[in-house]
Amino acid sequence: MAITRRQARALLLTPAGLWYAALLLLPLAVVLIFSFGERSPIGGYAPGFTLEQYANLPSRFAAFRNTLTLAPLGTVAALLIAYPLAYFLALRVDPKWKTLLLVLVIVPFWTSILIRSYAWIFLLGGKGIPALLAQFGLEDIRLLNTPFAVLLGIVYGYLPLMVFPIYVALEKLDKRLLEAAADLGTPPWRSFLQITLPLSMPGVLTGSMLVFILLMGEFLIPSILGGGKVFFIGNAMVDLFLQSRNWAFGSAVAVALVVIMLITVAIYSRLIKRFGASRDDVGLM
Amino acid sequence: MTDDSKPISRKAFIEELRRYQKGSVTRRHFLGVTGLGTAMAVMGGSMPALLPGRARAADLGNRVVLATWPNYHDPANFDDFADKFGVYTQVNVFGSNEEMLAKIQAGGSGWDVFVPTNYAIQTYVDADLIEPLDLSKIPNYDPASFDPRFAVAGTIDGKVYAVPKNWGTTGIAFNSKKTGGVVDSWKTFFDGARDQFDGRVMVHDYQLTTIGNALVYFGHSFNSVDPSDLADAEKLLLDVKPHLYAISSDYQPAMRNGDAWLTMCWTGDGKQMHTDMPEIGFALGKEGGEIWSDYYAIPKDAPHREAAYALINFLLDPQVNAKEALAHGYPVADKRVNDLLPEELLDDPILYPAAEALAPLEFGAAVTLTDPNRAELMARFKSA
Repeated sequence: MAITRRQARALLLTPAGLWYAALLLLPLAVVLIFSFGERSPIGGYAPGFTLEQYANLPSRFAAFRNTLTLAPLGTVAALLIAYPLAYFLALRVDPKWKTLLLVLVIVPFWTSILIRSYAWIFLLGGKGIPALLAQFGLEDIRLLNTPFAVLLGIVYGYLPLMVFPIYVALEKLDKRLLEAAADLGTPPWRSFLQITLPLSMPGVLTGSMLVFILLMGEFLIPSILGGGKVFFIGNAMVDLFLQSRNWAFGSAVAVALVVIMLITVAIYSRLIKRFGASRDDVGLM
Repeated sequence: MTDDSKPISRKAFIEELRRYQKGSVTRRHFLGVTGLGTAMAVMGGSMPALLPGRARAADLGNRVVLATWPNYHDPANFDDFADKFGVYTQVNVFGSNEEMLAKIQAGGSGWDVFVPTNYAIQTYVDADLIEPLDLSKIPNYDPASFDPRFAVAGTIDGKVYAVPKNWGTTGIAFNSKKTGGVVDSWKTFFDGARDQFDGRVMVHDYQLTTIGNALVYFGHSFNSVDPSDLADAEKLLLDVKPHLYAISSDYQPAMRNGDAWLTMCWTGDGKQMHTDMPEIGFALGKEGGEIWSDYYAIPKDAPHREAAYALINFLLDPQVNAKEALAHGYPVADKRVNDLLPEELLDDPILYPAAEALAPLEFGAAVTLTDPNRAELMARFKSA
């Protein structure tokens, strides 16, 4: 008994379809349904249909504001540090050192981010860097539990995710283009701006997107290095589910976050098109 | 207090190994001092097939999961429990009753024993999440020897749902070198936070105590859910927030390294810090505040029920319970245990404050934990 082409295709798509349904659509549907419900009297979720939770979103304004300022800021800072590093690794370093240096970029990932963030508590706490600064006459500098500490923590934590896509883009760069430019008398800074930078844009965009999306959902680093005072949307959600047990409102906040992400991704794909990146380049991640 | 978490040096390890090989120390001593015992317990616990098969282990299983609070047990007691019954205790640590409730409410927590505070028990019973205890399986629980103040919340409608673990207070820990003396009022605590202690004060990441003490500042009840009282508390907290060092229930590290000078503090943490650093003191707010008692209870869906009963019974053994108290510094309501504790502990004003210091304190009420307005107030305070 032969099966038709159509049936075969349906059959082959089934596993992927089930995967999407079970792991993507179902949880999203639950969150969406919860977001229209209410908090049950002792906490948790009670069925209902109300827009009350969405109307309450402005009460988390500060969390949205912190996330929407520190996430882009962290992404830009990570980019500014990662680009020269990736450039150095891809184009300048002696090939025999390359592997070692690349491994060194990954090494921090071998330890949990939790432990590495705790290490920063000691570095930024009163007996760490501030004590050192006091030696040079800069008294009473507070670093820990400030937005700066959180920014530092997120840049530190996510830097490798920015370095690698840019590195791959620069690594693939056709060096003959640079040689040709040099032969024709183009100064290095111009060939960087006209050749290297545009051709590495797909890597820059991929890295930025990767870091930005993760930062939008971040809650660990703000809670450790921000002392509960620098609050991200992620922290607001953790609180709503685990402390005040308002699952309905927590779901509404989650939906709002997903919507913000979708808008960002839409802008991202526009940018990608504009820089004329091929599908392969986008698929770096 | 010795620091058991410090790893053993290479030299000391070899010395201990030689002593063990020569037979001058027991295997248990060797495993204990080198940390290998703990390492083996952890590894063994994650590979049940490696556990010793004992006759007794058959009915109890080989593991029990305990959900409890930070710095609240003597780890050596869990080792003894494993030695005696072949059951390894897996400890999960939580920061608040709300967090525990959220985990149990979500279902499938996997816990066998947990440690709810007095005001939480009614909620667990109402939500049908715990069941009455079979006291015949906890012979070490002798109701007559417990101070009823700290045992009464475990009994609801004549049924015993939970048996007492420890009691304590929520007061103020202060670094007297920095604060220039004792801080024993919530007035000084909150006013000082905006003034002479700017940037050095910590409040709990827990609505019950943070809002409760802000209410006490105004002379309201710790347990108030009255909207106008709560509005006062919110105004105070929002006003103080920019001046706080942190909002966190993990205040020991910041207090110990001198970054924070003043914090809301539970009895045992106060005792632990005071023991290591005498300049850190602990006082009760003279306007009032919280007195509490913790209990052992078993969730309805506990996967290892028999082991849960065995663990509770073991920990309530007066000898074992006395060792617990010595390790964590929380007072015990069981007079059989107090008879075993050294005199200076029983006279310690941090552990057993004078009756008049306790008089203004209030036990938390069930509604204080579950009131949605308090929960939302705390969330607004944190996200402001």
